[in-house]
Amino acid sequence: MVNDSAKIRVENLKAWYGQREVVHGISFDVHPNEIFGIIGPAQSGKTTLLKTLNRTLEFTSGSRMQGLVEMDGQDVYNIKDVYGYRRRVGMVAPLPVGLPLSIYDNVAFAPRSFGLKDKDTLDELVQKCLEQAALWDEVKDRLDSLGTKLSGGQQQRLTIARALSHQPEVLCLDEFSIAIDPVTTMKIEDVLMELRESMTIILVTNLIQQARRLAKRTMFLLNGDLVEEGDTEKMFSGDAANPKTNEFVSGAFG
Amino acid sequence: MQLQRSKWKAFYEGLIEWIIRICGISAVVFVFAIFIFVFWEGKGLLFSGNFSVWELLTSEKWDPTHEPASFGAARIILGTFSVAILAMTIAVPFSLGGAIFISEFCGARLKEILKVVIELLAAIPSVVWGFIGLTVMSIFIRDLGSNTGLSVLNGAIILALMSMPIILSISEDALKAVPDSYREAAIGLGVTRWQMVYRVLLPGAKKGLLAAVLLGMGRVVGETMAVLMATGHALNNPFDTNPPFFHALMEVKTLTATIASEMGEVERGGEHWQVLFLIGVLLFTITFAVNMTAHLVVHGVKRK
Repeated sequence: MVNDSAKIRVENLKAWYGQREVVHGISFDVHPNEIFGIIGPAQSGKTTLLKTLNRTLEFTSGSRMQGLVEMDGQDVYNIKDVYGYRRRVGMVAPLPVGLPLSIYDNVAFAPRSFGLKDKDTLDELVQKCLEQAALWDEVKDRLDSLGTKLSGGQQQRLTIARALSHQPEVLCLDEFSIAIDPVTTMKIEDVLMELRESMTIILVTNLIQQARRLAKRTMFLLNGDLVEEGDTEKMFSGDAANPKTNEFVSGAFG
Repeated sequence: MQLQRSKWKAFYEGLIEWIIRICGISAVVFVFAIFIFVFWEGKGLLFSGNFSVWELLTSEKWDPTHEPASFGAARIILGTFSVAILAMTIAVPFSLGGAIFISEFCGARLKEILKVVIELLAAIPSVVWGFIGLTVMSIFIRDLGSNTGLSVLNGAIILALMSMPIILSISEDALKAVPDSYREAAIGLGVTRWQMVYRVLLPGAKKGLLAAVLLGMGRVVGETMAVLMATGHALNNPFDTNPPFFHALMEVKTLTATIASEMGEVERGGEHWQVLFLIGVLLFTITFAVNMTAHLVVHGVKRK
């Protein structure tokens, strides 16, 4: 199915690490300003899939991919300026990924790398990103202390602020709740609902109920295969097309 | 079922703990013992009337066999520093660059080859390096305007080559120890590989890199045979108050080479013998000061 309004279109995507094929020909669309959920047990290719979306997979030595990834109708693997492209796709990896820098420098890292030097503009941007990630009030008095000294939930929000710092069009979150408590998770979920207004969000999650809370449409991956993609509510109400999906969401395995 | 540890097991574990403890403490004991021994041999002269530490450090007159003897090691100290600093200036950029290349930019195959070659370089005995300085390097340096080719520059290049494998392999280990999640996080933010290296990896590996440079520095300051052969071993002051301020083509004497070359010819227990031990104490103090400074630098940075 070709959807011209898709923000991201993936067709027959395959990926390998060395000789091992970990993603076996997946196709799906992500619509603008939606939260698109990806669920599946470990080793199902979720993280690899995200890495192909922002072209960081090619950074891993020995990896290889095949297939089409389009953003706004443009083949992203034909884009010459790969660094510029990566900035359009924000990536939030699971903890711990605080860079060994201060809180301020963590958020200012990307903008500075693109040549933004003006102190006032940077200050403003850092504050805005931290506010968007619901972290500003907790850290505004200690922006100089190390990001890695923050608590798990704060660090995770810091990585979100950092991903927002280059003003991405698409935000990918990879199991962000894996290392943090439920209260913080809810806080971040609220943040995501707000961010959805201004960007497209792809949410890989290990909590199936989280997908149900946030995502309108969800895709279920198993061992590198796309089992099912569709309306989240339908998938979770025991009405999934594939019996495997029903088993997974009801907790029979995974 | 018996849930308590047997007495024998408890004793055995206690024993192992003590053995490990002794191993750990022994390092400290050895260092102190060496320091005290070296100091002991030189203390007679140190506290005698015809010697002053000030003279040792500042006087340029080194004539320990003359009557009355002069123990001014200033030229020797300056010789040591000139060779060491020049050697580090050459070695550090090359080794850090090499380490960054090997750990971040080069392919797996080339990496293996380079690592083997670098280990090979580290295995060359210092007398062989000295020989290269004496016979090969000196030819090139003669072309630069030196009579013998033996000089600060010659010694520094040889020392740089000797310390590079150490600095490089330890730096590479330090870079490798930076978690991959840092790299992925940085790359995901859309920065180039090079920006990732100097903004994330270098700060992340800071301590290890400093340790690498220090170990290289230790080798450079402590190396004897190669410098003895490559520097020409003549009592000169390579520094100058007038331009060009520094004569890289001058022959110099270093602290280590002085001890090695003169120790065989002195009267055992005599003043000359004792002053050579005091030079040993001086070397010890220099190394200690360098290590201490580095420790404070790292610690200061960490506290921030």
